[in-house]
Amino acid sequence: MPEVPAILRRGLPWLLLALAAAAPAALSGYDLNLLARFMAMAILALGLVLVWGHGGILSLGQGVFFGLGGYAIAMHMKLADLPAGEMPDFMVWSGREALPLWWAPFGSATFAIAAAILVPTLVAALFAWAVFHRRVGGTYFALITQALALAFATLIISQQDATGGFNGLTDFYSILGFGLASPRTGVGLYWLTLAILCAAFVGLRWLTASRFGMLLRAARDGENRVRFLGYSPVPFKVVAFAIGALLAGIAGALFTLHAGVVSPALIGVVPSIEMVIWVAVGGRYSLAGAIVGALAVNLARDAVSSAFPELWLYCMGALFILVVTLMPNGLAGLLKGRAA
Amino acid sequence: MDLFLNQLFNGVSLASLYLLASLGLALSFGLMRVINMAHGEMLMLGGYLAWATLLVVPGAAGILIAMPVAFVGAAAMGGVIQTVLIRRLSARPLDTLLATWGVSLVLQQAARDLFGAVGVEVRAPAWLEGSVELAGVVIPTARLFIIGVAVAVLGGLALILLKTRIGLLVRAVNQDRMMASATGIAVGRVDLAVFCLGSGVAGLAGVMLALLGPVTPSVGQAYIIPAFLVVVMGGLGSITGTTAAAVILGVFAALAQLFVDVSVSQMLLLVFVVLFIQFRPQGVVAVRTRQLDA
Repeated sequence: MPEVPAILRRGLPWLLLALAAAAPAALSGYDLNLLARFMAMAILALGLVLVWGHGGILSLGQGVFFGLGGYAIAMHMKLADLPAGEMPDFMVWSGREALPLWWAPFGSATFAIAAAILVPTLVAALFAWAVFHRRVGGTYFALITQALALAFATLIISQQDATGGFNGLTDFYSILGFGLASPRTGVGLYWLTLAILCAAFVGLRWLTASRFGMLLRAARDGENRVRFLGYSPVPFKVVAFAIGALLAGIAGALFTLHAGVVSPALIGVVPSIEMVIWVAVGGRYSLAGAIVGALAVNLARDAVSSAFPELWLYCMGALFILVVTLMPNGLAGLLKGRAA
Repeated sequence: MDLFLNQLFNGVSLASLYLLASLGLALSFGLMRVINMAHGEMLMLGGYLAWATLLVVPGAAGILIAMPVAFVGAAAMGGVIQTVLIRRLSARPLDTLLATWGVSLVLQQAARDLFGAVGVEVRAPAWLEGSVELAGVVIPTARLFIIGVAVAVLGGLALILLKTRIGLLVRAVNQDRMMASATGIAVGRVDLAVFCLGSGVAGLAGVMLALLGPVTPSVGQAYIIPAFLVVVMGGLGSITGTTAAAVILGVFAALAQLFVDVSVSQMLLLVFVVLFIQFRPQGVVAVRTRQLDA
């Protein structure tokens, strides 16, 4: 495999960043919105590189954290557009008498944003700690996270009157006083997403290069050896998983702002495992690969499923099989010719 | 009280389905440390094979013929998946999850294209349509039949593992793969045999599901995630553990439904399993070993 010339490797991120910065001027409103959605998903993908690539923890329930972030923002937007004392439309339709108690604080934007960030992080930390501190991991953990994704989606669907059920939450008009229909808000949200994506990228680069990253990888490759050296691998894995969930929560919140909808169909078992394939395609050890993978898979999905909806599942299945067996290090592996 | 007894019976009935769906998973997980995410589609395949068999052989005996047909069909499909895919990924259990998930997607979509998304109906024979009354609880015969099949499968597997030569080889590989290989056991063939056997049991489970409702492309998905939880809770490679876990989870899910609706009971099931591993992370039945990385 030929080495990529250093100048190209160094220059590529800046080139991509320049392209991303030019996008608002070059793309139509619709395409820019699409790109922004995919970039929000790339933020989640970055978290998976830490969790799966560096931590060796396969999460098949990342959609849960994505959904927690998304629903937090969506609940705020549902309430913010209402005159005081009224209930969101779907609650009225399903014959509810009063706003559920746990909805009330989401009227505050600060609370909603804090919840979108903190709730996924705390839920993930607690969940991961409960499993990892008993030394249950690997395949067991993956199966448990999948059960979590199923339980979460089913719960949301069944509580129709409080969560919007299968249809989810939609019809938002404004966020922090900015009208969502205005193209300027769209561009503003795009810049926000790009900024968070860059910050997450730089932050994770630093984190994976730090002592924390080294111990996390050590725990992945030889958990018992790490114990013999006097470290408990548990806090490292819990923190990594919580950071992955934090990024997933932020991604969910941003995605909901761009897409104007959050629903169980976006966060259940199937979408949760699809999130893993973005990272598998890009390369599970590579942060840049995860961004490219998330963008590429979602672009392909958009192109294929709008033309041939039933073909996409075959493509997805083939992608899982081929990427995992033939290129376990993804596109980044092809580029480098070796594992990072 | 009647309601309680009724739910208790439903729990046992659910447990028999969980058991049939998870036995194959547990067997191959114990042996190879890999989970086949397309296992749910073996259930689906069994269901469609039952439907096809009943088209050819309608009548009272159809379902009895469908059972071996589904067993062999699903076993063959499992054999192909094991040979083509899982064997190549043997040292990478998490990657096996992802690759077999891909197989699952392809098989589901193929079923949708071949048979339609709505699903096909398998009509239970007349001798399974009635019901029996026992201690004030009305029990559908089909449910009793399924419990009987689950018990028979369990007995059959125990016989195979404890009394036959292939069972001896399986137990040897289960205990120590390297040593078994060093004594000349063809571990690859043992893996394949166990995988086929497990898939076949799943095919059989598919026939049972067909007795209860329509066979749809996603029929396996409803049972597969509880079956995964059974494997998590059962303990490595122990049939006794798997059986106990299936009964506990089945009865728990059914009894929980006395107080909450189905969706909340699903959440409770997960919480129960996570709480359970706080106390017994090694599962219901743990094989005693001095190995550190068992």
